[in-house]
Amino acid sequence: MSLAKHWRLQQQRYRLIGVQCEDCGAKLLPRRLVCPQCKSHNLQPYSFKGQGMVYSHTVVYDAPSGYDGYVPYPAALVRLDEGPLVATQLTDVDIDEPYIGMPVEMVTRRLREHGESGMIVYGYKFRPKLKD
Amino acid sequence: MMKPLRDVGLVGYGAYVPRYRISAEEISRVWKMGEDNLHLEEKAVPGLDEDTTTIAIEAARNALRKAALDPSKLSAVWLGSESKPYSVKPTATIVAEAVGATPHTMAADWEFACKAGTEAMQAAIGFVGSGMADYAMAIGADTAQGKPGDQLEYTAGAGGAAFVVGPKGESMAYLEGSHSYVTDTPDFFRRPNQHYPTHGNRFTGEPSYFTHTIMAARALMDELGYGPEDYDRVVFHQPNSKFPVRVAKRLGFVEEQYRDGLLVPYVGNTYAASSGIGLAAVLDKAEPGERILLASYGSGAGSDAFSFVTTECIARGRNPIPQISDYVGRRREIDYAQYARHRGKLMMY
Ligand SMILES: [Zn+2]
Repeated sequence: MSLAKHWRLQQQRYRLIGVQCEDCGAKLLPRRLVCPQCKSHNLQPYSFKGQGMVYSHTVVYDAPSGYDGYVPYPAALVRLDEGPLVATQLTDVDIDEPYIGMPVEMVTRRLREHGESGMIVYGYKFRPKLKD
Repeated sequence: MMKPLRDVGLVGYGAYVPRYRISAEEISRVWKMGEDNLHLEEKAVPGLDEDTTTIAIEAARNALRKAALDPSKLSAVWLGSESKPYSVKPTATIVAEAVGATPHTMAADWEFACKAGTEAMQAAIGFVGSGMADYAMAIGADTAQGKPGDQLEYTAGAGGAAFVVGPKGESMAYLEGSHSYVTDTPDFFRRPNQHYPTHGNRFTGEPSYFTHTIMAARALMDELGYGPEDYDRVVFHQPNSKFPVRVAKRLGFVEEQYRDGLLVPYVGNTYAASSGIGLAAVLDKAEPGERILLASYGSGAGSDAFSFVTTECIARGRNPIPQISDYVGRRREIDYAQYARHRGKLMMY
């Protein structure tokens, strides 16, 4: 386990902070150093609104270690309103409920824990939109 | 009576209740506890990926949206809970980071059983009222555990409520005054390394819940020169559905005054969030100019009583920010086996 790695990813994981290109307007998550669209280096932090819809989805029965306590769980690619696709877990939903186009919103949940005595890692997941 | 030199109030509030529910009937099916425990309908159970931190974060985000406040303006994020994910490491720093209040802020966890959230509120009132800060957040959140088969298992629920304390002029409800009443009363406790609490059975009622709640509420009303008829709505700590009704009646209140804040039949006892969720539910429905009495209770033991009056801003953000009724209405019933998994009562070897 790398405590430093988790700590570095906190901004992105807790608040969906990516970058916005000051030259072409592209919004990027995860954060990059160079804009893939216009090659600009002029990228500033951008906080994504956390709204989007399910682009594709699946169910994970055989999870990587640290995530096995949550199986079976739905995983998805979510298309954020600002454009980027995010690979994420869906939560507060039964495994047969997700559908393509389902409106979802970001919540902060436990991603994993490193055993009984280790660090608890929190981060974003998406759930069906609670209210329009 | 306590009242800061500078007038303050609640400039935002928010709450959260998890999606899952287990009914009293289902618990009774397993433990055969009899009819006496069926006065609750059901209680809220956290999801596998939820804990006090995540519950507090969603309540805090709702409160900030209501306040329409830049989170970096919060000078404190204070969280009251008895179910902290870490014994050493503040939960409040995680919440503060997640809502964007860090790094130029204070953050701390508060402890006082079920009144830890209102203890944080008293402190936030003093902090803003002194002029040291313009905005401070007080949260109560818990994922309470009852020993399998114990009476507490029928009631121990999960939820959170968050309040942004700020200047009176921006408030949705301003503070008239508060009163706290505390004694050393060992009605309920949990020693370190124990998973489940110990409670004093009948001792939890008269010398504990009733005495402290009544003394705090009555003292505050006396000091303000108010009687029960001066209040539009009242909210008490809700360890079960009988105590808050009984305490309301003994203080001279009628059903119309306590009905909207009584959520325990649907979400259970949410511990440090219990009276706060009740207050949030009441604020969701209040009109401008309503006077509200809030009196918490925490074992060990004490009560914090507050008198608020709603302002013209009370309806700010009612849509689209989720109300308590949206969370209470979002429910997925689970059976005892799923509940045991959700609450970590299953050991997998
Ligand atoms: Zn660009």
